[in-house]
Amino acid sequence: MNDQTPISREERIEKLQGLGCSRKRVEDARFTQGKGNYIDDLKLPGMLFGDFVRSPYGHARIKSINPEAALAVPGVLAVITAEELKPLALHYMPTLAGDVQAVLADEKVLFQNQEVAFVVATDRYAAADGVELVEVDYEPLPVINDAFKAMDEDAPLLREDIKDKMEGAHGPRKHHNHIFFWEEGDKDGTEKALDDADVVVEELITYQRVHPCPLETCGCVASMDKINGKLTLWGTFQAPHAVRTVASLITNIAEHNIRVISPDIGGGFGNKVGVYPGYICATVASIVTGKPVKWVEDRIENLSSTAFARDYHMTGKIAATKDGKITGLWAHVLADHGAFDACADPTKFPAGFFHIVTGSYDIPVAYVGVDGVYTNKAPGGVAYRCSFRVTEAAYLIERMIDILARKLDMDPAELRIKNFIKKEQFPYQSALGWEYDSGDYHTAMEKAMTTVDYKALRVEQTENRAAFDRGETRSLMGVGVAFFTEIVGAGPVKNCDILGLGMFDSCEIRIHPTGSAIARLGTISQGQGHATTFAQILASEIGIPAEDITLEEGDTDTAPYGLGTYGSRSTPVAGAATAMAGRKIRAKAQMIAAYLLEVHEGDLEWDVDRFQIKGNPEAHKTMKEIAFASYNQAIPGLEPGLEAVSYYDPPNMTYPFGAYICVVDVDVDTGVIDVRRFYALDDCGTRINPMIIEGQVHGGLTEALAIVMGQEISYDEIGNIKGATLMDFFLPTAVETPNWETGHTTTPSPHHPIGAKGVGESPNVGGVPALSNAVHDAFAHKGLTHTQMPHDHWRVWKVAQKLGLTD
Amino acid sequence: MIPGSFEYHRPSSLDDAIGLLSSLGEDALLVAGGHSLIPMMKLRMAMPEHLVDLQDVQSLKSITVDTNQISLGAMVTQAELIASDELHAACPILRETSLQIADPQIRNLGTIGGNVANGDPGNDMPAIMQMLGATYVLAGPQGTREIAARDFYEAAFFTAREDGEILTTIKFDTPTAGHGWAYEKQKRKIGDYATAAAAVVLTVSGGVCETASIGLTNVADTPLWAEEAAGVLVGSALDEATIKTAANAAVAITDPALDGRGPVEFRKHIAGIMVQRAVAKAAQRAQ
Repeated sequence: MNDQTPISREERIEKLQGLGCSRKRVEDARFTQGKGNYIDDLKLPGMLFGDFVRSPYGHARIKSINPEAALAVPGVLAVITAEELKPLALHYMPTLAGDVQAVLADEKVLFQNQEVAFVVATDRYAAADGVELVEVDYEPLPVINDAFKAMDEDAPLLREDIKDKMEGAHGPRKHHNHIFFWEEGDKDGTEKALDDADVVVEELITYQRVHPCPLETCGCVASMDKINGKLTLWGTFQAPHAVRTVASLITNIAEHNIRVISPDIGGGFGNKVGVYPGYICATVASIVTGKPVKWVEDRIENLSSTAFARDYHMTGKIAATKDGKITGLWAHVLADHGAFDACADPTKFPAGFFHIVTGSYDIPVAYVGVDGVYTNKAPGGVAYRCSFRVTEAAYLIERMIDILARKLDMDPAELRIKNFIKKEQFPYQSALGWEYDSGDYHTAMEKAMTTVDYKALRVEQTENRAAFDRGETRSLMGVGVAFFTEIVGAGPVKNCDILGLGMFDSCEIRIHPTGSAIARLGTISQGQGHATTFAQILASEIGIPAEDITLEEGDTDTAPYGLGTYGSRSTPVAGAATAMAGRKIRAKAQMIAAYLLEVHEGDLEWDVDRFQIKGNPEAHKTMKEIAFASYNQAIPGLEPGLEAVSYYDPPNMTYPFGAYICVVDVDVDTGVIDVRRFYALDDCGTRINPMIIEGQVHGGLTEALAIVMGQEISYDEIGNIKGATLMDFFLPTAVETPNWETGHTTTPSPHHPIGAKGVGESPNVGGVPALSNAVHDAFAHKGLTHTQMPHDHWRVWKVAQKLGLTD
Repeated sequence: MIPGSFEYHRPSSLDDAIGLLSSLGEDALLVAGGHSLIPMMKLRMAMPEHLVDLQDVQSLKSITVDTNQISLGAMVTQAELIASDELHAACPILRETSLQIADPQIRNLGTIGGNVANGDPGNDMPAIMQMLGATYVLAGPQGTREIAARDFYEAAFFTAREDGEILTTIKFDTPTAGHGWAYEKQKRKIGDYATAAAAVVLTVSGGVCETASIGLTNVADTPLWAEEAAGVLVGSALDEATIKTAANAAVAITDPALDGRGPVEFRKHIAGIMVQRAVAKAAQRAQ
């Protein structure tokens, strides 16, 4: 079994395709050929289809539901309403935020397109015909579409089901439309800092309601096997194990009788974390009919009923000295959660990790308070390509820093540098309670400014402004700077759980006799390339080439328990579990090698893919040889086989950071913005696969562009959702997307086994303030302090008009 | 997003298509490229019982360019309009406009006939045809008749086409050699309808504008022919002040709706900017 051809150490390293290698994505062979296996590709014998009757009203009482005409459609088998679900206690389901959500509307509807009835039919055409024919009689009620009016004295009562329950999941509710109040930090100290400050800036900064809009919408297939009592649920789940546990708690089906499978997922971005009425209704329909039932949303349903993101109205105040040293930060958020509180946050944090809002700055005292309210909008509030409420926080602090810079007449980059947490201050205790694990902000900022020649950009801008004033151009140049610190990798079980499930993650490895391996994880890729990158982590840890390692996720019957993939947690948590499991394999391998080489374990050293005797590298056993030996040798004191499992509870979050600088040209006559240049420097610690990192950054920046330049889910005064199709909801194509330039520094996480921090969400977190700051910067010299996103054509033109720049 | 059920018909001649429309009556709808009708059917805003598909009617697929007249069959796709070098040489604004319609996949199926006949004010070609002074040929059970594009559009999705008629051909005088042209369209992204768009063809002789025509897209419930605005240009040196006056005259006839593209005031303003930019570009291109 000895490898025949001796190759050099460098060749052995290269063959592994381990950490730091831009290995091509193994997933792409099937994705680029249209051979992915998504939920709607699943076809089972006798499978039925379900489709929803949805509310045309934003707020209305249901007076009656008549399914007769629908039931007369050939192929329609059943129409399920709340009345049918009540005996099963399934007309409401628990949300991840400690609230309940109507599975099917119970007596009234609270947002447009809310699920009212579920039509089950032999095919999706018959189901759609049935949906058209269910007669629902509504009595419209007054609508709240403005979070600022939700707690008015005379505001209509939205949630009749909890009207007497004035103690919510996060403390007392102060109004019938109030959900929670949550605060952190030193309120008195912060107010004193504001009182004592040379300079205070204050601004209301709204981060508009948007939607993650994954290319594949949400869906599932539920199949109840009445013979063995087992329920199999395939679906677009970012957290399959959590779905299994929740499904068991909701349905009272024993957890071992539920198998949840996430097939290929066409993007999640947080939209596929929650539990949706479609999953429950398909399951009930399958239990009732004994047949598999598929439910897949269309685009309008996805944009209008499954989880939105943001909708945060943030008031910030910064106290500073006159030379620009920040002395305090105060923030209050009015959080619009829609009709049900279905936010996806760790249980103890109803505003997620919003208290990362002190950002990258050494701010001595800070305070943040968040009020959540109900409105007649769809529920959600998920972490859309960011850790929980982190992009909202980053947007607030990064806009506020720019506003302070204007007030002080300082360069915004210079003001940032002046207030950065210094390298020697890490680990850094933030005023709001986080321990930043590591960072080197000054180096990153300096590198970004050098790369784009920041000084030259400002000179060019001065010239542009003069030319504009002389009437030689109608275009204004803006330079946007943002420096963000993310908090990802939720998280330590001591303070992070979802519905009581600790947010650890897991990896189980089996080494096969011939030296290849399979690894299973508690996470699930939605396009991130886990099968590629986790194999690379393992390759470096156990010396088996990445191409010889199969990686499996998403089947709860085979994968170890984990909390899934969102909030950039896969690499920080499951990636750590993978490395730790790999180290267990290696520890046993060392014992086997010692036996085979007839030396003491301590006489061996690890070298790329083998254990060798110290000082005598010719005497070695490769991992491949060791693997075979583990299956065919009776080694005293050792069990046969070579397997390991690790459940990793991270000691801390990780804190990726980055410096983003962009340049825009704004046509003041049309409001059209051209992103001329965008440079993103990311520090995500140890870099596993630079190509995948670059792809993640490109994707996240494109989503940031979408949010800043046009994405908006809004409602009219009678509760109609506006723009819930891709005609209006801005999803940029390659044409609208500028060229993204990327760069990096590497500051490994000191507590992560391989020093990795997570990167998938950084570009959304940093991209939004960078782009928005650039638009603001274009008009700053004309007196613009702040204008709300999105910066679409007409709003930008309005800004120009208000500033007297256009007629 | 599932359409209701319907019968599908695929005639291979114009006469068969007309016959089907007559016998099936008002429950039948014509489908050409399908990029307007099929989304409407998926939203169940259109629920025809019969679809009569024209894609096998070969006689509707020709492009004819001669010195005096250009004639386009209704089933010519936007991709074919773009691909025709002969057409581009004679009337380059058609390629410029077609390239601003949706994306390549849609242009492979979308047809000139469907684009002009559907009566959607968001479509780009109706304003082009009004601007060019085109004539539409309609064939029905009583034979054929002709109607000017400038008389064809009554309101959004309402046109002078009678039930039972098929728009078969679009024809117009070949623009004067050396003319200047431009189609300026502001949109939010690829695939979007115009926030406002302006089509201009003009001729210049000795630095003076001799003829001009202006069409406007998606700024009213029909396409608009801005006759007065074009009149302002004729006889001028196409100087900045005149162009601005013409643009104001064009804006004066617009009546856009508030939508996701912006408020009325903004869309009117953009119509003016598009006219200014289209005229300036056309003036630059004129020989």
